[in-house]
Amino acid sequence: MPTRLRQITLPVLAWSTVGLFGTALALVFFYAPVDGDQGLSQKIFYIHVPIALTSYACFGWGAAKAFLHLWKRPPGADLESYAAIHQGVIFGALTLVTGSIWARSSWGIWWTWSSNQLVTFLILFLFYSAYFMLRYSVEPGPARANMCAVYALFGVVLIPVSWLSIRLANDFIHPTVFNQHGPQMAGSMFLTFCVCLAGLLALAGTMYRIELAGKRLDSRLRELRELLT
Amino acid sequence: MTSGEKYVAAAYLVVFVALLAWVAIIAAKLARLSRDAEELVELARRRGEE
Repeated sequence: MPTRLRQITLPVLAWSTVGLFGTALALVFFYAPVDGDQGLSQKIFYIHVPIALTSYACFGWGAAKAFLHLWKRPPGADLESYAAIHQGVIFGALTLVTGSIWARSSWGIWWTWSSNQLVTFLILFLFYSAYFMLRYSVEPGPARANMCAVYALFGVVLIPVSWLSIRLANDFIHPTVFNQHGPQMAGSMFLTFCVCLAGLLALAGTMYRIELAGKRLDSRLRELRELLT
Repeated sequence: MTSGEKYVAAAYLVVFVALLAWVAIIAAKLARLSRDAEELVELARRRGEE
């Protein structure tokens, strides 16, 4: 983690998340206009897309930490990679659920196998879900850390594939809101989207830091127990 | 409540419930760590007395 980011204390990050989340919800329901085409159900966009982008960010962060582990081997990089991928899977599951609700509302179906964006995201989600099977099927130690790091790095290739799939395959079902001409929405909608994204990234950061603190405390207590017994 | 309102409420509620579940899991983990720490303090105290 860059030094400046690490200097932000957990309480500051947590209160920023609360502030950003409150502002985001107020903007979604009281400021952003109701979409003329989709109506009220378009408001799912403000939670679904930032959650999906947050899960990409978490998987990317996990892969970056895995790369750092293989390259420089700093202590704790393996644990940081694990915590980031865990957050990514949580946000990935939420992406699939909120996406299904939006699909049902807009297209009348919960899921379609014909949309490349949906299928590639599901593959990405399942790939990183299997990371935990690998991690918990190997004894803790350097070998497990190396295997998990290599696996996490392989998965990161799926992120641009998932992101670009609708742009490359002319997907007519899943809408493309961001294209080469910028965001295809009103300024007020884009502002609301940006605040929602900031709120969710701050939430992921808070969850990541809390999980890491818990894991580190757990491992120190284990060491202490070994010393005392 | 219209159909659109129901779907919007469901999507935001899912996120809220997931967040609550995560908080509950972390609270349970913290309680376990607190118990472990108390146990270790007791163990260290007994060691000191010996």
